[in-house]
Amino acid sequence: MKTIFKESVSGREGCWPQAPAADAATLLPKDMLRGAPADLPEVSELDVVRHFTRLSRKNFGVDGNFYPLGSCTMKYNPKFTETAAALPGFTRLHPLLPQLKGAGRFCQGALEVIHHLEQLLCEICGMAAFTLHPMAGAHGELTGAMIMAAYHRDKGRKRTKIICPDSAHGTNPASATIAGFEVVNIPSCDGIVDPAELAKVMSDDVAGMMMTCPNTLGLFEKHLPEIVSILRAKDALLYYDGANLNAILGKMRVGDAGFDVVHLNLHKTFATPHGGGGPGSGPVGVSEKLVPFLPISRVKKLEDGQYFLDYDQPKSIGYVAPFYGNFGVALKAYAYILRLGREGLTRASENAVLAANYLRKRLEKNLEVPYDRVCMHEFVASAVEQAKKGVRALDIAKALLDKGYHAPTVYFPLIVKEAIMVEPTETESKATMDQFVDDLIAILEQAESDPAAVQAAPVTLPVKRLDETAAARNMELTDDL
Amino acid sequence: MPFVPHTPEEIREMLAVIGVASVEDLFAEIAPEMRPKSFDLPSGKSEMAVLAHLERLAGKNVSGQVSFLGAGFYDHHVPAAVDALTSRGEFYTAYTPYQPEASQGTLQAIFEYQTAVSRLLGMACANASVYDGGTALFEAAMMAVRQTKRRKLVVCEGLNPIYRVMLGSYTANLDLEFVTVSHRQGRSDLAGLAQAVDDQTAAVLVQSPNFFGCLADYTALFQAARAKGAVSVVSAYPVLQSVLKTPGQMGADVAVAEGQSLGLPLSFGGPYLGIMTCTKEMIRQMPGRIVGRTKDLDGRTGYVLTLQAREQHIRRQKATSNICSNQALCALRALVHLCLLGEEGLKRTALLSVERAHYAAERLTALPGVELMNDAPFGNEFAVRLPVNAFEVVDALTARGYVPGFPLGRYYQGLENCLLVACTEKTGKEQIGILAEMLGGMLA
Repeated sequence: MKTIFKESVSGREGCWPQAPAADAATLLPKDMLRGAPADLPEVSELDVVRHFTRLSRKNFGVDGNFYPLGSCTMKYNPKFTETAAALPGFTRLHPLLPQLKGAGRFCQGALEVIHHLEQLLCEICGMAAFTLHPMAGAHGELTGAMIMAAYHRDKGRKRTKIICPDSAHGTNPASATIAGFEVVNIPSCDGIVDPAELAKVMSDDVAGMMMTCPNTLGLFEKHLPEIVSILRAKDALLYYDGANLNAILGKMRVGDAGFDVVHLNLHKTFATPHGGGGPGSGPVGVSEKLVPFLPISRVKKLEDGQYFLDYDQPKSIGYVAPFYGNFGVALKAYAYILRLGREGLTRASENAVLAANYLRKRLEKNLEVPYDRVCMHEFVASAVEQAKKGVRALDIAKALLDKGYHAPTVYFPLIVKEAIMVEPTETESKATMDQFVDDLIAILEQAESDPAAVQAAPVTLPVKRLDETAAARNMELTDDL
Repeated sequence: MPFVPHTPEEIREMLAVIGVASVEDLFAEIAPEMRPKSFDLPSGKSEMAVLAHLERLAGKNVSGQVSFLGAGFYDHHVPAAVDALTSRGEFYTAYTPYQPEASQGTLQAIFEYQTAVSRLLGMACANASVYDGGTALFEAAMMAVRQTKRRKLVVCEGLNPIYRVMLGSYTANLDLEFVTVSHRQGRSDLAGLAQAVDDQTAAVLVQSPNFFGCLADYTALFQAARAKGAVSVVSAYPVLQSVLKTPGQMGADVAVAEGQSLGLPLSFGGPYLGIMTCTKEMIRQMPGRIVGRTKDLDGRTGYVLTLQAREQHIRRQKATSNICSNQALCALRALVHLCLLGEEGLKRTALLSVERAHYAAERLTALPGVELMNDAPFGNEFAVRLPVNAFEVVDALTARGYVPGFPLGRYYQGLENCLLVACTEKTGKEQIGILAEMLGGMLA
């Protein structure tokens, strides 16, 4: 399909506003003008509508396809949350309004949303306070790591290291590094964190540890109490990566379990759409002792019920966002939480765990499941047996695309060979899961009978497998003129 | 339960397959002492009740004012087709395009977005976006630090003060040195900036137009920086780039922008769009996702995420950045917006905004005691010095439904009487007249 730039016809009228005065450009100094055109496309509104409608048809999305994508919680995104976020009373609000003297009164509704959502997240996670500022999960991790650094700095000590288990998401070590820490990786034992390995690397240099529970293998970290006490002995902090929170709503609260900092992915657990890669939202919650270090500003409530922004936070890590985070995304999560309530959130996790275990059981005869015990919201299978005959996890993933499923996460976590990580979520029906099992088994059978066919997949989509090596070598990153 | 499809019968069937008696059995590993001490949330509500609640809250915001508030975030018209197209489920419920064969829509759109913003800023290439203009500036600074292996950053005080605070916050643990060069009555101090750049400097960071709305040609500054081996970084305003000399023409190495003005609502601060572009030489320092064009097995054109060896899911702690989720749907909005307006539409938007701002400047400076802060050329935003405290003017007029601008004293000591006034193509001449009359009445 042509790019929109190749559809351009010189002089064709688009969505133009009225013409400015003929001499408007003379208001700008001549030597500050760009001269050459930007070469943006010259297309009609219908050209644009056709182009992007056609492009959209080349995409999978949750609305049309099952996404059993481990670690990513691709649950259904309810439509009413979009309605809520599109209310003009929210979308038209300029973010600087509350910074004008006396103008906090012009955005009381928005401040109330922030305040109430923060309170709800505190209760869901058992934390003392939340900030909505981080704009994605990894941004929340960075914010959390900065808070950990600020805590130790405030105590007058320099802590240089953060511990990550080998099962951690790639963003964990990357975020810790960007925050200025050295990363110490520790090996898992039987799929979970081994307190003995943690004890080996513990020292006065350790600022904290980043982990998730259940972990990326979908396993519950049952040594958590011991891990907490090893860290507490050195006043090191424990960080919770909220990517897997969908397993434990109403069953465990990370604050009660001893975590000091947590980030959530509103675009996972709380059903806001992934948008083809963003925007997300990564609120960060902290325990009582870390509240002073939260980013500026904080929404506070006065005794008369009015809300205001408090910029007076002398120990704060400062600004991680220009304003109050991805407010439009927070609105959707807020609407979702109110809709589900206490019961609904608990049922969401129960059914997410039920679905994952159901799929695990249905598939364990056909695929190796390295840690074959009760899992939480996801499980990791392995295509090692198939790989011996030349059909790799990636091939199976691609063959699933041909059957209309988004591929599960493959090659992650790194500690399982030929990993296939499956997370069905609570919103997929049993019928959909049964059909998925049948289709996957058919692929595994074909891997035996006709491996070349599986290796050639996909064949029904707009393109076959793409030459990624050539893409990196040729670096064709923009449409040439 | 909303959004859970299973019937009680289906749940029983699934439990039987798993071989447990109840759902609760699946949570047996969570020991009693690990269970929640409380989970005191409200009960669920119907869709109707939730929407009514949110409508009530939306109604508590006063969003109908006539506003001259900009300061980096502008209220431009968004064509209806932007919402219509980007709210297609195939776009907004899609995942990150890690499976390219099932994501050609998203991938080609990102490729076109990279093309559009590169052309607009006059740069060679772009990434698929970061969170906002401030994080884009921080990432640009870190690109320079990695590229030059130097640790000093020369920052113009005419850079958005919010972004400068963000830079300080992000780098608190990174052992970098900042040299901030003061503005001169709102103008960026080009000579001072050039002087501050030495052979230890990683980058010089400026904004165009600067926070006070002033236009300046940074060509000579960027040349001087290059001579010292430093990287030139500029934060631009994309709408005006349809008419103004581009960062590329001035010789910038990295050009970033807040993309909110390209089809995104103000939405109380987000989601916004961090645009990042750079020269070919800097591309391997670029953070985040990048889409490249290639061929499939049959020789058909297709698109993939490329140069992924820079990224966290491959390199972990050695990645160029920790970014994973970006602002993909916002980038799609910006692309659709740019396509709908096209070359001519964006130019008109820019020039209409410039025209209105100059009319506003003329009307306001006709009032006794009101003068422009300086005689620098400006685009759609300018700073005036009032004979009274600007906060009080803002407070009084906002209460009457007119937000006259941003009081610069909020971020700059000594500028308590100065007001930053922005116009867009939506600002009516009549509204400008009323603002002038209201302000005149206050000053009389």
